[in-house]
Amino acid sequence: MSHTKYLIVGCSHAGLTAMETIRLQDSEGAITMVTREETLPYSPTILPYFIAGQVPQEQIFLRDQAYFDKLNVTLLKGAAVVGADSAAKTIRLASGDEIHYEKLLLATGAGATVPPFPGIENVRYQVVRDLNDALKLRETMNQAKSAIVIGAGLIAMHSAENLAHAGLKVSMVVRRKVSLFAYFDVAAAGLIEKIFEDNGVHIATGSGVAKISPSDGGRCVVTLESGEDLTGDVLLLAAGVRPRIEYLEGSGIETDAGILVDNSMRTSAADIWAAGDVAQAPQFFEPGKTVNATLPNAVTQGRVAGMDMVSDPAFKPYSGSSGLNTFNFFGHHAFSVGLATIAEPTEDIEVNTTLLPSGLRYQKLVFQKDRLVGVSAINAALDPGIMRELIRRQTDLGAIKEKFVSAPLETGRLLMSKLWR
Amino acid sequence: MDKSYHTIAFYPQKCNGCNDCIEACARINTGEVSPAHSRIAIVKDSEDGSFGLALCRQCGEPRCVMDCPAGALSKNEDTGVIQWEETKCVNCQLCTLACSYAGITYNPVTRKVMKCDMCGGDPACAKVCGRGALEYLTSSDLYDKWGDMEDLFVPGISACLGCNSELLIRHTLRRIGPETVVATPPGCVAGVGSVGVNGFTATKTPVFHPLLTNTASMLAGARRYYNRIGRDITMLAFGGDGGTADVGFQSLSGAAERGEQMIYICIDNEGYMNTGVQRSSTTPYGAWTSTTPVGSVLRGKTQDAKPMPVLMMMHNCAYVATASTAFMEDYYAKLDKAVAAAKHGMAYIHVFSPCPTGWRFPPAMLIEIARKGVETNTVPLWEYINDGNEFHFTHSVDNPLPVQEFLSLIGKYRHLDADQIDHIQKMNKRRIEMLKMFSEQEERRAS
Ligand SMILES: Cc1cc2nc3c(=O)[nH]c(=O)nc-3n(C[C@H](O)[C@H](O)[C@H](O)COP(=O)(O)OP(=O)(O)OC[C@H]3O[C@@H](n4cnc5c(N)ncnc54)[C@H](O)[C@@H]3O)c2cc1C
Ligand code: SF4
Ligand code: SF4
Repeated sequence: MSHTKYLIVGCSHAGLTAMETIRLQDSEGAITMVTREETLPYSPTILPYFIAGQVPQEQIFLRDQAYFDKLNVTLLKGAAVVGADSAAKTIRLASGDEIHYEKLLLATGAGATVPPFPGIENVRYQVVRDLNDALKLRETMNQAKSAIVIGAGLIAMHSAENLAHAGLKVSMVVRRKVSLFAYFDVAAAGLIEKIFEDNGVHIATGSGVAKISPSDGGRCVVTLESGEDLTGDVLLLAAGVRPRIEYLEGSGIETDAGILVDNSMRTSAADIWAAGDVAQAPQFFEPGKTVNATLPNAVTQGRVAGMDMVSDPAFKPYSGSSGLNTFNFFGHHAFSVGLATIAEPTEDIEVNTTLLPSGLRYQKLVFQKDRLVGVSAINAALDPGIMRELIRRQTDLGAIKEKFVSAPLETGRLLMSKLWR
Repeated sequence: MDKSYHTIAFYPQKCNGCNDCIEACARINTGEVSPAHSRIAIVKDSEDGSFGLALCRQCGEPRCVMDCPAGALSKNEDTGVIQWEETKCVNCQLCTLACSYAGITYNPVTRKVMKCDMCGGDPACAKVCGRGALEYLTSSDLYDKWGDMEDLFVPGISACLGCNSELLIRHTLRRIGPETVVATPPGCVAGVGSVGVNGFTATKTPVFHPLLTNTASMLAGARRYYNRIGRDITMLAFGGDGGTADVGFQSLSGAAERGEQMIYICIDNEGYMNTGVQRSSTTPYGAWTSTTPVGSVLRGKTQDAKPMPVLMMMHNCAYVATASTAFMEDYYAKLDKAVAAAKHGMAYIHVFSPCPTGWRFPPAMLIEIARKGVETNTVPLWEYINDGNEFHFTHSVDNPLPVQEFLSLIGKYRHLDADQIDHIQKMNKRRIEMLKMFSEQEERRAS
């Protein structure tokens, strides 16, 4: 059995960030990273761009082998973890090998959910979660003329756009009234949907899937609850994600939808941390824990976990999960941070919306008293990172709130320049 | 890994919002002057008229790099610059969400992200800024360069945590080199063990411990001896302000008047720090010391500090300069001139030397205080070269920061009332006006 001081399972954003954070404090302690992938690490987020042919396969990797060598980190590729024993402090690989650790980080991410749609077992469908999925989709795509995408999140939207760019006729199935409901309010989402429609993507909103059935030539038909039938050569499921926790059965580590962690990313078991899509962590705006399967969140959590694992004196606890993302589509750009979907003002919530449909510009600022709590924007000149930081720090805008509303870019930069110095 | 990198520093108080930097940046990157292409942005606070900066910090732990799904951003190990590879970038803009400084932004014209690459080591913005509001700083490089040279002090001397004197003596001797005889009269430098513990000295050059009163005359004698045997050895004194301005003054004054060949460095920590923080003649007005206490009657020192470097200039020394460890590049340049001047006369350098123990501030604030002293005109940086009668400031004295920005960092000034602060501000102004007379004389002669 091999032994390592730090063992990191999963070699993507959460795992890599934790490793780099540990190395800043402990330049010698043995670090082993295991991934079930046969390749160097890559980000799932890059896959839609890879599918679209925007980047060649040899260019998608986040780090090269020399990087791990230089940091003196052992990278075990093609090594799937199948079991963990928190009492003996070991993990078991599919090969039967065991690794003994002093500190363990679980960063195995999330896989795609396959909802139990009636008839799903009779058709060929695809998901996009890893490189193999992407390679498969590229192949089918090349022989296809049409596609159906089920889902309303960023992955669904990205995939639909890329399929459209590849020349396919794309239909989307969105159960809710609008897409991207986690990030944008109805007005903003409507604007985005219109751009999709203008680019030939048909979006069927407000109706779930009634059944799925095979059709001739390997095609499939998706029948909606509304009665509408959609036919496509390719069926892509992007209806949510599920943390990869199967291998933890019997390990004694507490799980719910994901691995339950506290604000230090510690699990219920001693010397075991979890971070990224696999973790279910405290929230920023409300009590309770949630899985926040986004890239920036995986990095933040990986950093917190790494700092705690190495007892970094600068350690600060995780401030909590909240929505944040950027979205680039058909030449337009959008982003959303915090409580950006609140539509109606309440007693202490103020909502300031600017909509310029002609120029396709949208900007929404949400305040709780004198603090910014949410921003979403489409094609607006704003610095998403500054907005994120103002929200996270709960900066009291006080006297300059009005100025902020009228000139959020300049005022944000000015605040940043003063506060961050 | 332990490398320090170049940086673009912003001094908001020197900025007037002319936007030259923005144009220069856009031009060098795209050939156009549209601000849309600029990687640097200056924003004005309409209320107080101050300026803010949005520019990449070339972070040590770059959040943009960590959040990029495409591996398109990375830190260049040699230059420290966070580089963006356009061919790898997929334009997801997650980096713009990652950065808290607007260091990487979306350009609506090119429809791509853009960030500062420091122009490959010659930033156009800093070059074009005529007011010194943007500066391409290399001083940390100097620490590296000289840090790699042999340290002529042994490790393990017993200076206080964060001691400015230790930093100063190690770097000074590196620069001047081993062909030196060092004199350290009673004071902190001797006290930390440089003259010896149990029969061993802490320097790798000859060092001796004169009396508090006779440092300059002993060095003068040693130099004359080496002159006689035909060896060019540098005589170097590290005196404290007490040993220099108080009881050691007569021997120093005599040696200066005779033009003895030596470098005399006064490490001015403004009092007798190693014997219990007593006042000296260079302790500034208002400062608390154990002999100028703060109580119901006394409010710190009631007299102003003796203007020691000006007195030395009046002695017609070959070279006189003031220095601060926050401006090492400036100090190194002055040391070079001092070495040259000491071949034919006296070179005197007066180094402002904040003391965490005696002045009551956290050790980590040392360099910041050394910097604020200069930036508030409390410690103007200047030099006088006798050969040619040149006097000039080596750091601009225009647009100083208010003196409170310096005083408020230091415990020994905590008790000051408005009148006392006002007095200090006025004295600073007067000193600058006096020094400006020398520099104007110089200008008149030159024209
Ligand atoms: C198509 C797609 C598009 C996306 N677009 C965006 C976007 O635009 N913005 C955004 O914020 N987020 C996006 N995401 C989500 C984002 O990619 C994830 O949030 C992020 O990658 C999570 O990082 P992670 O390190 O937690 O897990 P993952 O990136 O999922 O990595 C998990 C790692 O664990 C390894 N692993 C898993 N199980 C095992 C095992 N049993 N044994 C050993 N190793 C194992 C894997 O090999 C991998 O190395 C997208 C995701 C997808 C799939
Ligand atoms: S772009 Fe922002 S996060 Fe990246 S190095 Fe520059 S300042 Fe740091
Ligand atoms: S926009 Fe380009 S550089 Fe920025 S995170 Fe995305 S891929 Fe990386």
